[in-house]
Amino acid sequence: MDKIPILRMGSFLLVTIQVDLYDRLALNLEADLVQMVQKTNARGVLIDISAVSIVDSFMGRIIGNIASMSKILDAETVVVGMQPAVAITLIELGLPLKGVHTALNMEKGMDLLKSMIDTPEEEANDQPLDDFVAE
Amino acid sequence: MSFNTSQLLQKKKKYILELWMKNQLADEGLREDLISNEELRSQSEELINSLVGNLSSENVADINSDEWNPVIEILGGIAITRARQGFSPRETGSFVFSLKDALIQVLQEENKNDAKVLFAESLKISRIMDNLSIVTFETFIKGREEVILRQTDEIAEISTPVIRVWDGILALPIIGTLDSARTQIVMENLLQEIVETGSSIAILDISGVPAVDSLVAQHLIKTVSATRLMGAECIISGIRPEIAQTVVHLGIDLSNIITKSTLASALAYAFKAMKLEVRKTSTVLKSNF
Amino acid sequence: MILSLSKDTIKISQEQDVVFLKNRVKETAVKIKMGLVNQTRIITAASELVRNMMRYANGGNCVIEVVSSGRVNGVRLTFTDKGPGIPDIAAAMRDGFSTGRSLGLGLPGTKRLVNEFDIKSKVGEGTTVTIVKWANG
Repeated sequence: MDKIPILRMGSFLLVTIQVDLYDRLALNLEADLVQMVQKTNARGVLIDISAVSIVDSFMGRIIGNIASMSKILDAETVVVGMQPAVAITLIELGLPLKGVHTALNMEKGMDLLKSMIDTPEEEANDQPLDDFVAE
Repeated sequence: MSFNTSQLLQKKKKYILELWMKNQLADEGLREDLISNEELRSQSEELINSLVGNLSSENVADINSDEWNPVIEILGGIAITRARQGFSPRETGSFVFSLKDALIQVLQEENKNDAKVLFAESLKISRIMDNLSIVTFETFIKGREEVILRQTDEIAEISTPVIRVWDGILALPIIGTLDSARTQIVMENLLQEIVETGSSIAILDISGVPAVDSLVAQHLIKTVSATRLMGAECIISGIRPEIAQTVVHLGIDLSNIITKSTLASALAYAFKAMKLEVRKTSTVLKSNF
Repeated sequence: MILSLSKDTIKISQEQDVVFLKNRVKETAVKIKMGLVNQTRIITAASELVRNMMRYANGGNCVIEVVSSGRVNGVRLTFTDKGPGIPDIAAAMRDGFSTGRSLGLGLPGTKRLVNEFDIKSKVGEGTTVTIVKWANG
């Protein structure tokens, strides 16, 4: 059975999805990731989907689930590198991934995570920009 | 059509061509700038050969008969080329009508003494030529439509430039009506450019959009949502007061979207969001002179 | 008038077939020079429909066709299953409606991704969904 590797970097977990997800793989990732968050006491999860060309409503739901579950375990989730075609398709499908933070690339995602964790009292915002404006 | 007429036209082919050419050259609608006389003659000859060759007493009343296909094909080809070359409908039509004149003239000369036959045969020739004219027009219009469709595609391709106004800030001025097809292209170009430049803010300026209805608003909201999914922010600027009025009257909810009345204020917002500052310097910059 | 230019039937009975189907749809879309975003739309739509088929009918058949309307070419997919059928199609086509444990985006979401969408269903006999995406649509 294929597995998607989860890397630990400080208090963050990094996941790079390099293959197109099928249902079982995505469900395994969800379970593994939540386990890891709890085990490592991670504060943030960074999921890089720049190599993923298809995200349907099932995958979208898994991503949403990971974000919600991590949130309960006090970790923020940032999805980075979504392809334009995937973004357009998700919106048309009716899946705006509410509650999931997004960033253009790994570097920006890392910055966003850090800014969110440095100000723990701040409410989770949908848009990364609000973090800039808040001050 | 009687056996006679069919044979007669076959025999008089050369003569008909001469008459037809004379008619065409005398016509004031002749476009020597678009087509040379030699080319016109070879086109005409090809058509007559095919027409006379395929004409028989059986098929004269039935334009759908298969024997007419070669004629229609030649005529269609000529009509399409003319549509592309920029001939007017009248000029294209007179090509076929002048042939009808020539054919009828030949019939007249041959049947001078028998009015009854002349009438019957002329009617048949008339009918077949009218049908061919209709085919010509149909094809001509199809040719023109193709030209229009191609131009529409071209306009859609070129009319959406994405501008880098600052490091990390993109602007996209939209000019003209936003329909679904256009939004598609705008959105794709914008998102692609965001990825390529790593820009975190995009400004969509709609100063040049004449009207915003609920469909256009939906398209805008879609573009903003997709931008956010990728991890960037999209600001809509250039909203004129009358557009603000229509949006509210139509009950469209834009509260989740950052809107600014001018591109300048959108840019100011973008600078602030990126923690950039633009200010007057206290010292005057000295020029080299 | 829509002309069918090529036809290919794929049997769907397990999860591996889904991956195979997606690849075939992609190949077909690339062959008719469909743009990347439209490719993504049709593959995502196929993914939604094939998941429905697996979940509610334990599989079925998918026919992949290259079709032509004269001016443009497109991809037509026909999903046929012998499952329980859908009692109320109008309800199934509404956003947020689901009989399974999903978001209920499947059918209406899929419809938004394609140019033509047709669904026929008979309770107890099965469901057929046909979608068309034009290369430039």
